Amino acid sequence: METVISTDKLTKRFGDFIAAHELSFEVGKGEIFGFLGANGAGKTTAMRMLCGLLMPSSGKASVAGFDVYTETEKIKRNIGYMSQKFSLYEDLTVAENIRFYAGIYGLSFSDIKRKTDELLSKLGMQGEAKKLVSALPLGWKQKLAFSVSLVHEPRIVFLDEPTGGVDPVTRRQFWDLIYYAANSGVTVFVTTHYMDEAEYCDRVSIMVDGVIAALDSPGNLKKQMNAPDMEDVFYQLARKAKRSE
Amino acid sequence: MNQLFSFIKKEFKHVFRDKKTLLMLFGLPTVQILLFGFALTNEIKNTRVTVLNYAQDNTSSELISKIDNSKYFDVVSYVRSESELEAEFRKGNAKIAVVFPKGLDSDLKHAKNAQIQLIADASDPNSATTITYYLSNIINEYNGLKLMKTPAPMQISAETKMLYNPELKGAPNFVPGVIALVLMLVCTMMSSVSIVKEKELGTMEILLVSPFKPIFIIIAKLMPYLIISIFNLIIILVLSVTLLDLEIKGSIILLMLASTLFIITSLAIGLLISTTAKTQQSAMMISLTGMLLPTLLLTGFMFPIENMPIPLKLLSNIVPSRWFFIIIKNVMLKGLGIGSIWKQLLILFGMCIFLLRLSIKKFKIRLQ
Repeated sequence: METVISTDKLTKRFGDFIAAHELSFEVGKGEIFGFLGANGAGKTTAMRMLCGLLMPSSGKASVAGFDVYTETEKIKRNIGYMSQKFSLYEDLTVAENIRFYAGIYGLSFSDIKRKTDELLSKLGMQGEAKKLVSALPLGWKQKLAFSVSLVHEPRIVFLDEPTGGVDPVTRRQFWDLIYYAANSGVTVFVTTHYMDEAEYCDRVSIMVDGVIAALDSPGNLKKQMNAPDMEDVFYQLARKAKRSE
Repeated sequence: MNQLFSFIKKEFKHVFRDKKTLLMLFGLPTVQILLFGFALTNEIKNTRVTVLNYAQDNTSSELISKIDNSKYFDVVSYVRSESELEAEFRKGNAKIAVVFPKGLDSDLKHAKNAQIQLIADASDPNSATTITYYLSNIINEYNGLKLMKTPAPMQISAETKMLYNPELKGAPNFVPGVIALVLMLVCTMMSSVSIVKEKELGTMEILLVSPFKPIFIIIAKLMPYLIISIFNLIIILVLSVTLLDLEIKGSIILLMLASTLFIITSLAIGLLISTTAKTQQSAMMISLTGMLLPTLLLTGFMFPIENMPIPLKLLSNIVPSRWFFIIIKNVMLKGLGIGSIWKQLLILFGMCIFLLRLSIKKFKIRLQ
């Protein structure tokens, strides 16, 4: 399998505080990689280093084949990102949001138009194209935000707690979109708080106090820890944590 | 370029869909200019004059008609005694009174010297000073006319001339001040709020993860406010010319260019505020409290900087509007060219570059 993310002893220090300590892992193409951890465990720090937002203190990492120290601009062209905070403009219409994000990734006018139509029909939202985003229900907004993060056809998409505050049914629908993307070859790197979502991932890594405490498929982890579900796996690891927010 | 264009388009949509803010953006300058131009004016027109005439002769009646004919004064009442005069003042009928003594003509003829008394209502000291000054001017003028007719001994008389604003109108002083104040406030407030808004919404993160360069984010964010502010400036200028009878004496192009420089400087301040503020409210508060008072107090249009204590004088040097105020006064009121304002322009330019560089640097650090 082709490797699209690889890190070797990736570390980030803020003064004396080690936010992420010697992270080493690989993620393959089309994989859904879950990134779990309690608040303050270092998930966001790790993700930011991979997105080119934060310079690592030491260690190596490459994303989509590009070095995180020297080639952040190229990395940015090849990744999509959706944050836990809601990331569409409420005072713009659905179509305008799509066009804007496609625009800042430098798509040509004809590509922007084609992509907008394509995306609207995939989401079944042609009728809502001219509606303001503020008028949409939360579940739709989130699906739209996810699709928008894929508008420039990135190789990897980073999702930072994408389903916060959404009901289970909508969450399930959201994961259908994630599967759809992964099947078409997009690598999905997702952080989450919901343990049922951890079960949907191909592999999960669980961070505790800035280090990766476990990394395997959900099935293997449950077997190794003799746990009935991911909830229990997470609890066994996370309660050893010394630091909290 | 395509990317930048998409971004700027989006910024314009934000601005034009937010009707309340838009109303404020264009309403604020209009209201301020009308307020400062009309309500806060310190010019005098049709001031009511009461006359107490003991003289009843040629000189006094000539003087009275001269005063009455001036557009600043209306002789509204004649009284016959000091007590009647006092009553007029008490009732508020008179702002100023002229008392002609008995034998004015003969005093002038024989003693070559006569005195007229002016009594002003000084409960408002500023306007009392101004109207007494105007009225003395009219009397001096009359004096001058008389002197030319009769050969006089050698005499030196001082002639005062109020340059650029001969009628001592309020508007010429206030308008440049209002332009500086409005531009400063609108630019800093709007630019700081618009960037902090992206942070609050969480969209800033998305923008930073995209290959869109931070410098472009800044340019795109500032663009609508730059254009709106230039538009505002035009509104203010048109209002001052049409409603306040102010004429733009110098080059309009120079005025616009200098104003654009000032607008960019103010936008840069807003940008700097946005790098430290976490919420839209705090950005608004910092811009308002941090900008309003210094602009109001240290620009020189409310209180002359020359009269300030040294520390405040020094402090006023770092207030951009102080320099801009001099520029608009020189170009608009005095009709002077670039030769008179190059120093101020250079200072503003220096401030602008410094602020922009600093805020762009801080803007980037925050992301790291």
